[in-house]
Amino acid sequence: MNENNKPIIELSHLKKSFGDHDVLRDINLSVHRGEVISVIGSSGSGKSTMLRCINLLETPTGGSIFYEGQDIQGKDIKLTSYRSKVEMVFQQFNLFNNMTALDNCVKPQMIVLKRTRDEAEKIAREYIEKVGMSAYVNAKPAQLSGGQKQRIAIARALSMNPDVILFDEPTSALDPEMVGEVLEVMQGLAKAGYTMIVVTHEMGFAREVSDRVIFMDGGYIVEEGTPEEIFGNPKQERTRAFLSKVL
Amino acid sequence: MFFETVGNIISKYWSYLLSGLGYTMLIALTGTVIGLLIGLLTGIVRTIPLSKNKVIYYIQKTVNVIIAIYVEVFRGTPMMVQAMVIYWGYAFMNNGTTLPLIPAGIFIVSINTGAYMAEIVRGGIISIDKGQFEGAYSVGMTHWQAMIHVIIPQVLRNILPSISNEFVINIKDTSVLNVIGVMELYYMAGKVQSMTWAIFETYLIICVMYFVMTYTVTRLLRLCEKKLAGKDSYTICGSQSDPAAEIHIKEGE
Repeated sequence: MNENNKPIIELSHLKKSFGDHDVLRDINLSVHRGEVISVIGSSGSGKSTMLRCINLLETPTGGSIFYEGQDIQGKDIKLTSYRSKVEMVFQQFNLFNNMTALDNCVKPQMIVLKRTRDEAEKIAREYIEKVGMSAYVNAKPAQLSGGQKQRIAIARALSMNPDVILFDEPTSALDPEMVGEVLEVMQGLAKAGYTMIVVTHEMGFAREVSDRVIFMDGGYIVEEGTPEEIFGNPKQERTRAFLSKVL
Repeated sequence: MFFETVGNIISKYWSYLLSGLGYTMLIALTGTVIGLLIGLLTGIVRTIPLSKNKVIYYIQKTVNVIIAIYVEVFRGTPMMVQAMVIYWGYAFMNNGTTLPLIPAGIFIVSINTGAYMAEIVRGGIISIDKGQFEGAYSVGMTHWQAMIHVIIPQVLRNILPSISNEFVINIKDTSVLNVIGVMELYYMAGKVQSMTWAIFETYLIICVMYFVMTYTVTRLLRLCEKKLAGKDSYTICGSQSDPAAEIHIKEGE
C-alpha cells in the first residue's frame, strides 16, 4: 500500500436531485487507498445515490468527483476506463444473464481491457476460486442462488483489477443464511487491502471490518468517524436515533 | 378426375412451382434477416442515452424522428402498394429503367419487415432488466459493447417467437410481389393456371406448398428457441459440505 496522502476518490459539494426531490444536498468525502468505508443510514438518506454518482450511473446535478485528482466529468478522463477501475457490486447482482459464471468474469476483461481469452480466463478462474465458486464456472446466473450470484459478481469486479470497489447493499437481496458467505468474501478483500466503499445495513460488518463509518441522513453526511466513535460514542442526535433503531 | 388433374399439373409443371417456391423462400428469408438487422440497428440507435453535447443531442433527436417516420409509414401502408410505388417510382425517376425483379422484391420485403422489427426489437430491449445495462456500464463497457455482448443476445432470445412470426408472414406475403412480376410461387401458379385452366387444383397445390413451408419454419425456429432457453437447473452431484466427494458437473445444455 503506498501511503501518499492524496485521496483516490474525493467528493466535493456533490449534489443530486431527481426533479424537485433533492437526494444529495452537499456531500464532501475523501477516500484514501486501502481504506474500507461503510456507509450507513436509513432508506432514502442518499447512500446508494452517492455510490451510483461515484460510478456515474447517476449524473450529479452539482459539485465534483475527483479520481486521483482528476475531475471524472472532465474531458481528460475516459468514462469507460474510469469505470473499469472503480468497479461496482450491486444489490441485485446484475450478472449478465446470457453468459456463464466464467464468461461473466472473462468477457468484460476481453471487451474493456482487451485481454486475450487465455489471459482473462486465467485471471477469472483465480478470483472465482478465491470466492469459492470454482465448481460453478459453467453455470448460468439463473441456475445460481443469490449468494452464489453475488460471489460471482464480486469475482467479476476483482477480475478487472480495480483500484476501488463500490458495494451497493450487497447482502440486502439475499436470504439470511446466504449473507454470511458474501460478508466473508468481503472481509477477505478488506484484509487484502482493497479500497472499498460499502453501503450496508449490516452493522456487524460496518463495526468490525471498516476503517471508517459514515452516517448519512437527508442527503448529508451527518457524522463520520472510526467504528468505535460511531457505534461507541455517536456525537449527533440523529446518529444515536438511527443506531438505537437498528442495533 | 381431380386427382388426375393434380397429378398432371405436378408431373408437368413441377419445375415452375419449385422455382416459384425457391424464390419465395429466398425473398422471405433474406427479407426477414435484413429486416431483423434494420430492427437491431434502429433499436441500438434509439436507446443510446441522449448526449449532453448540444450538437450530438440534436443529431440524435433528428435520427430518432427519422426512424419514427420510417416505422409509421411502412407499418401504415400495404406492402403491395409499397411494391408498386418503389418499383415504378424508381422507373419514373430513371427514365423507365426498372429495378431487377428479385433484388427489388428483397428490398421491399426487407424495409417493410424492418419497420415491424424496429418495434419488436425496441419492445425486446425495453423488457430487459435495466440492471443488465448497469452491470455492463459498471465494468466499463460502452453503449455499443453493452448492446452487442449483453443486451442483444438476450433480446434475440426473447423476440425469437416474434421473428418466427415475421418470417411466416413474409413467406405468405411475398405473394403480393406478383403485382410487379416477381416470379415467386403465387406468380408461378398464375402461369400454370393460365396454361392448364385448372384454377382450383393449381391454387390448392400451392396452398399446400405454402403450408408445408410455414409449418417447417415454425417447427425449426421452435427447436432453436428450446435450444437457446437451456436448462434451469445446474446439478452438482456429490456434496458441497464434503470436499472429498467427487464433483460432477453436468453442462447446462
